Amino acid sequence: MSRLRESLIELIRRTSAEIPDDVQTAILRGLEQEKEGTIAKSALEIIERNIGLAKSKSQPICQDTGSILFYIDCPVGLNQIEFGREAREAVKEATKLGYLRQNSVDSITGKNDGTNLGPGAPSLHFHQHTSEDTSVRLVLKGGGCENVGAQFSLPNTKLDANRDLDGCRKVILEAVHQAQGRGCGPGVLGVCIGGDRASGYEFSKREFLRDLDDRNPDPKLDELEQDILKTANELGIGPMGFGGKTTLLGVKIGAANRVPASYFVSVSYMCWAFRRDGATLANDGEITGWLY
Amino acid sequence: MTHSLSSPISEEAIRELKVGDQVLISGTVFTGRDAVHKYLHDGGELPDGVNLDGGILYHCGPVVLKDDNGEWKVTAAGPTTSIREEPYQGDIMKQFGIRGVIGKGGMADKTLTACKEHGAVYLHAIGGAAQVLAECIIRVRNVYMLDEFGSPEAIWEFEVRDFPAVVTMDSHGESLHKDIFARSEDALAQRR
Repeated sequence: MSRLRESLIELIRRTSAEIPDDVQTAILRGLEQEKEGTIAKSALEIIERNIGLAKSKSQPICQDTGSILFYIDCPVGLNQIEFGREAREAVKEATKLGYLRQNSVDSITGKNDGTNLGPGAPSLHFHQHTSEDTSVRLVLKGGGCENVGAQFSLPNTKLDANRDLDGCRKVILEAVHQAQGRGCGPGVLGVCIGGDRASGYEFSKREFLRDLDDRNPDPKLDELEQDILKTANELGIGPMGFGGKTTLLGVKIGAANRVPASYFVSVSYMCWAFRRDGATLANDGEITGWLY
Repeated sequence: MTHSLSSPISEEAIRELKVGDQVLISGTVFTGRDAVHKYLHDGGELPDGVNLDGGILYHCGPVVLKDDNGEWKVTAAGPTTSIREEPYQGDIMKQFGIRGVIGKGGMADKTLTACKEHGAVYLHAIGGAAQVLAECIIRVRNVYMLDEFGSPEAIWEFEVRDFPAVVTMDSHGESLHKDIFARSEDALAQRR
């Protein structure tokens, strides 16, 4: 087995079994906030116990492997065809090892061949850069939270949302309200203002690569992020939609240019079982460091 | 208040449960999700050995592996989103005598009505808590329709012990989900 494939299997194992520190810290903050004796508190206690168990047993935090999203930053010379082949083999092997559930279904026949491979699965996003370093990030995004994502076209009369940041605020909060606990909250929002229907969702997912505690360099977006986080946590939806103070753990918003005729706001919801990890790789594929 | 539940469950025991009650489930639980619901609703028959009368159906697609001795071992088993089964659940509940449905995210009016008429509850497990919940599964007794539906969609028969869940829809017409939706809608209206 190639060194690269071994490294990618380890990346998958870590991503599937170990929640990133920033997410765990946010969950612990939520746990402290919830009132003793409530079902919200008890839900977060089970979540916290689950995080510990998954890590110690090296088993999936959540059984829903979800969509397997690789983000690769690479130098110009990297052979992307070869990398893709190794990534697919790593997914197949990680599935055999139980790090991933057999989770990929042929949309026409309904067959699940148990490999997690097929058209569009896993999804690989390559980005060339001028640096000589290769890094690979992996996000496993469960289906329950993917299903509560929403895309809005502004203006939206029903929500009184115009083509401005206040309009964005209204539709994003609407998405939180519509999701209730169904996305396995407390969740994290990745939002893209602008783009087209495809790129909007794609950009919104990239926001999940950001550290939960970072601040948006754009002061307007930073203000919007903080406002939505605070307001969402005042709605009383709570963990799993059981009621309580912890509805969201974070909000990350980016922007992409749009065409004059369109103004999309794309909202992706990430569950509390926020599986994201990344590694830098040497030329032979060996892991040289972890990114989270 | 925490209640213990184990199948077969009587209608009387179910009627005692109220929204917000925490339960610990022990005994037999069968899994069933999208493919199973559609199959049963289309007139499919339960395979021999699957008895849901007074029983508990779990919306779950577990990760199950065979160990070195050829025994099934559940490595991850949290609930899946239940609302997808809304078109089918009420009818299936009544037809097969199901008293409890475990899932996540809650269900809507059709199921709530069926819970009231038939005497059943919706039990919300903690979504994503695959390891805590897998630890509550002490044995895989059997699996049905594995070839037809694949592992996540098959009917797994589990023996569980102290599996934690919350009653979020009861047999008296109450739904925590409806309640929280309405309350959060009001809170949002004040902050728009």
